[in-house]
Amino acid sequence: MLRKLLLAPVAVSLLAATSLAGAATELTVYTAVEAEDLKRYAETFNEDHPDITINWVRDSTGIVTAKLLAEKNNPQADVVWGLAATSLLLLKSEGMLEAYAPAGVEKLDPKFVDKSDPPTWTGMDAWVASVCYNTVESEKLGLSPPASWKDLADPMYKGHVIMPNPNSSGTGFLDVSSWLQMFGEEDGWKYMDALHENIARYTHSGSKPCKLAAAGEIPIGVSFAFRGAKSKAAGAPLDIIVPSEGVGWDMEATAIVAGTANLDAAKTLVDWSITEKANKMYNVGYAVVGMPGIAQPVKYFPEGLLDAMIDNDFEFAANNRKRILAEWQSRYDSKSEAK
Amino acid sequence: MNPAAKGKLSLPAGRDIKAVVSRDDHMMRWWMALIGVYLIVTLAMPLYAMLSKSVSTYRFDLQQFEFQVSDEAGDFTSPPVLASSLNQTLGAVSAQALNTSADGRLAATEFFPDFSFRSPVNYRIRGTSEQAAYLVGSSLTTGTEWTEIDSNTFRRVQLRPVASTGLGNFSTYFSTPALMGSIRNSLYIAVISTLITVTLAFGFAYALSRSCVRYKSTFRLIAMIPILVPSLLPGIALIYLFGNQGMLKELMFGGTIYGPTGIVLGSVFFTFPHAFLIISTALSISDARYYEAAVSLRSSPWRTFRVVTLPGARYGIISAAFVVFNLVITDFGLPKVIGGQFNVLAVDIYKQVIGQQNFEMGAVVSVVLIIPAILAFTIDRIVQRKQVALLSARAVPYQPSPDKKADSIWLVYCAMVSVFIVGLIAVCQYAALVKFWPYNLTLSLNNYQFDQMDGGGWASYFNSIKLGLLTAVVGTCIVFFGAYLVEKSNGFNTGRGLFQMVAMLPMAIPGMVLGLAYIFFFNSPANPLNVIYGTMTILVVCTVTHFYTVSHLTAVTALKQMDREFEAVAASLKQSALKVFTRVTIPVCLPAILDISIYLFVNAMTTVSAVVFLYSPKTTLASIAVLNMDDAGDIAPAAAMGMMIFYTNAGARILHLFASRKILKRTQAWRQR
Repeated sequence: MLRKLLLAPVAVSLLAATSLAGAATELTVYTAVEAEDLKRYAETFNEDHPDITINWVRDSTGIVTAKLLAEKNNPQADVVWGLAATSLLLLKSEGMLEAYAPAGVEKLDPKFVDKSDPPTWTGMDAWVASVCYNTVESEKLGLSPPASWKDLADPMYKGHVIMPNPNSSGTGFLDVSSWLQMFGEEDGWKYMDALHENIARYTHSGSKPCKLAAAGEIPIGVSFAFRGAKSKAAGAPLDIIVPSEGVGWDMEATAIVAGTANLDAAKTLVDWSITEKANKMYNVGYAVVGMPGIAQPVKYFPEGLLDAMIDNDFEFAANNRKRILAEWQSRYDSKSEAK
Repeated sequence: MNPAAKGKLSLPAGRDIKAVVSRDDHMMRWWMALIGVYLIVTLAMPLYAMLSKSVSTYRFDLQQFEFQVSDEAGDFTSPPVLASSLNQTLGAVSAQALNTSADGRLAATEFFPDFSFRSPVNYRIRGTSEQAAYLVGSSLTTGTEWTEIDSNTFRRVQLRPVASTGLGNFSTYFSTPALMGSIRNSLYIAVISTLITVTLAFGFAYALSRSCVRYKSTFRLIAMIPILVPSLLPGIALIYLFGNQGMLKELMFGGTIYGPTGIVLGSVFFTFPHAFLIISTALSISDARYYEAAVSLRSSPWRTFRVVTLPGARYGIISAAFVVFNLVITDFGLPKVIGGQFNVLAVDIYKQVIGQQNFEMGAVVSVVLIIPAILAFTIDRIVQRKQVALLSARAVPYQPSPDKKADSIWLVYCAMVSVFIVGLIAVCQYAALVKFWPYNLTLSLNNYQFDQMDGGGWASYFNSIKLGLLTAVVGTCIVFFGAYLVEKSNGFNTGRGLFQMVAMLPMAIPGMVLGLAYIFFFNSPANPLNVIYGTMTILVVCTVTHFYTVSHLTAVTALKQMDREFEAVAASLKQSALKVFTRVTIPVCLPAILDISIYLFVNAMTTVSAVVFLYSPKTTLASIAVLNMDDAGDIAPAAAMGMMIFYTNAGARILHLFASRKILKRTQAWRQR
C-alpha cells in the first residue's frame, strides 16, 4: 500500500509529461553557439512559439560538422541553428540541407543569404577575425602595436605571435582563406611564409590565441573580435586590433536538415531566426548581425569592424578548402620543432 | 618404453577414456561463449570496421562525366565527350591527383584549357551513371540528366569523387611529409621518455626495497599519485611552471616548454607509477643468499649490483620499458596540451577526424599507430614467457642493512622525485585557485564555476563519477566471471585459448584507435547496436574493453591461487558449480575483485583518449572537460577540473582501503594461522 502511495505521484507526473509532449513539437537542433547563450536563445524563441521545444545538441564547430557528416545517411538533427556558413556549405554540397526561403529573407543583408534560389541557409551574425594585443606584455618586450596584417610579418614580432592551425580550427582557415582572397594566391602564400617566421606556435582552437594573449602567455594572438571583447570585459589588458587591409569573417547560420520529420516546426524556427527580434537577440554578443540597421555597438568591440569585413567568397573557401589545407600543411606543418 | 609397458602391448586397445561433459560444464561453456561474443562485438568488429575504413578511398571517376560544348550561337552541334577521353588527350589531371578524400573536388574547367568565363559558349554536363555527382556552385547534382549552363556558371562546376576501396589512403599518407614526420616524433619522445622513466623508477624502487631509507611508506604513496590524474594535468602544471609566464621560466634559459621537452617531462610524470610498480615487484623477489655469496667472495658493491641485482630484475625492467613506451606513444592528452608544433601520431588522428572530418585518413593513422603498440606488446609477451622462477623454495628474503651514507643519498634522491610529483600537483591546485594568472593573484573559487565554460560544466563531473561507478561494477562482473570461466571450466581447450588471446588484445590497442573504431562500428545505421551510440552505455562498454587486459590478468592470478580440487570436491558432493562460485570462489578472491573495481574506477575517471570521440552533449566527462577547457584557452578551470578528478580518485582509493580492510578481516581470516 505504502509503495502504491509513493508511486502515485510519479505516475501522475509521468502522465502529465507525456500529455505535454503530445501538444508540443520537439526539435533536435545542432549548434555551435556559445553554451552560455543557448538558454537565452531558446527562451526568447519560446516567448513567440511556446509549442515548440528545442533540444540542443551543442559542441565546437569542428565536432558538430563531423557529427553531421557522420550521420549523413541517418540524420538525427532537424535544424542546424548557429553553425559556420563554411560548414553549412559543406553539408549543402553533400545534399544534406533542405532549400527553404524563410519569410522575410529579403530584409537580410544579401551577404548573409545563400546564393542558391531558394537559399539553403541564412546567416545570423558575423564572426570577425581580429588581433588580440596584450599591452602590458608588449610594452615589456618593447613592441609597438601592428596596424595591418603586413605589419604582423615584421621581424620585430618574431616568436611573439600565435594563431590557430587552419587544419584543426575554423578560425584559422578563415584567416588563411581571407589572406588568399585579399592578397591573391601567390602573394597570400608569400605573406604567410613571412608570418610563419614570427609564429610561436599554432593552436588547435580559434579562441585560444586570444585567451593566451589575455593571460600574457604571448603578446599577440590572431583570433576573433568576439573572443577579444569577452576577455577584455573580464579584465585582461587587451587591445583588439582590426588590421587595415580588411578581415576575414564567417557567419553563424541556420538551415533545415533534409529529411526532417518535423518540417513545419523547422520552418517556423527558421522563419523566426531571421526576425528583427532574433537579430536583436544575436546583437547582445555579436556586433555584426544579418539584418542591416539593427546592430547596436557592443561594449569592447573594436570600431569599424563592419567596414573592414572583406567580401568573403564562401564558395571559393568551401571548394578550395582541401587544396588550401594540403598546401598549408606541406608548407608549415612539416616543421616539427617548436621555434 | 619400459618392459612393463611392453608386456601390455598384446592386449586389445580399449575405448578412449572420455570425460563426461556435465550440465555445469555445458552451462560454463555457454557463458564463456557469451562473454567471448561480447569481446568480439566490442573489440574485434569495431577494429575490423576501422580497417575497412582505412582502405575505403575516394576517386574521381572521369568515365562518369560527360560534357557537351555549344558553338558561339549557343547550339550544341558537337558530339558529347567523356571527361576521361578529354583527360587522355590533355593529361590535365594525373592518375595520382585523381585519388582524393571524401571532401574532394575537381574543377570541370581543368578539362577545357581554352576556357574563358566571358565566352558566349554554353556548356552541358551530365553523369553517365546515377552515382555520378557534381556541384554547380555549392548545390549537389546527380544523375544522367543534362544540366545546361553558361560559361560564367561553368567555372563553378566541381566534380565529386566516388567511393571505392584500395590502398590509396596509405600511399597518400606516406607521401605527405608532415604526416610521416609524426612517426619519427612519436618514436623519439617514446624512447627518450622510456629511458628517463625507467631509470628514475628503478632508482626509486631500488631505494625502497634495497636500502634502509626512511619514510618508505610515504614515498610509496607519493609514487602512486600520478595514476590518479589525467595525463594532461602534468602538461598544464608544466605550462604554469615553465611557460612564458611561468613561475620558473628562467630555468628554461630561453628555451620553450612547448614541444618535446614538455611532452617528455609530462610523460615521465604520468608513466612513473607504472614503471615503479613493475620494477619494485621485480626487485622485491630477491634471494639474500646471492648477496651473502657476493660478500664472501669480496665482490665490490658495483660488481654485485651488475651481476646479481640487475640480472635479477631484468625482466621487470624490460617489461616496464615496454609498458612506458606504449603509454607514451599512445597518449593523446599531453601532446595536445603542451606539444606545440611537435606533431605526434595520436594528435594527428584527432586533427584528421575533428579538424578536417577526414575519417579515412584518421583510420590510416590509427593503423600506423597500432603497429609500434602491437610490436612493443608482443616483445613484452615473449620476454615474459622467458622469465623463469627466480625464487626457489629455499630462497631467503633479502633484508637491507642500514648504511648511513648510502641511506641519506637515497633519501635525497627519493625526496627529489617526490618533490617533482607533489610539486606538479600543487602547482595545478594553486593555478586553479588564482583569479587571473598572472595579472591578479588573489585566490578565489571562480575557476570552479564550470557552468560558465566549455566542456559541459559540473554535469561533466557527475557524469564521470557515474561512468566510473558503472564501469567498476559492470566491468568487474564481466571480467571476473570471464576469467573464472577460462580458469575453472573443463575441456574446451581451443575455446579457452582463444578467449585468453582476445582478452590480451585490448592492451595493445591505443585508446584513440579504439574510440575511432567505435564510431565506425556503432554509428553505422545498418548496425542494430547503433542505439547505444551517444549514450552512457557506449562509454561504459568502451572503457571496460579498453582496460580489460590488466583486470583480466589480476583476476586470473587470483583464481590460479585456488586449487581446482574445490570444483572436483563440490562435484563429488553433488554441489553445483554456481554454488562453489558464490560460496567459495568469490569470497576467497574478494581482494582481487576489489582491486579490479578500483582500477576500473580510477581509469574511467582519467581516461581521455578512448572516449574523446564517443561522448555526446549529454554525456560529457570531466576528463574531456579538462581537454576542452584547455583547448578553449581556459587553462585555470581546466586545472581546477583536473584537481577535482584527483580528489575524487584519492577519495575512492581511501574508501577502497578501508573497505578492503574490513572485508578482508571478515573473509580472509582463514589466511591467518
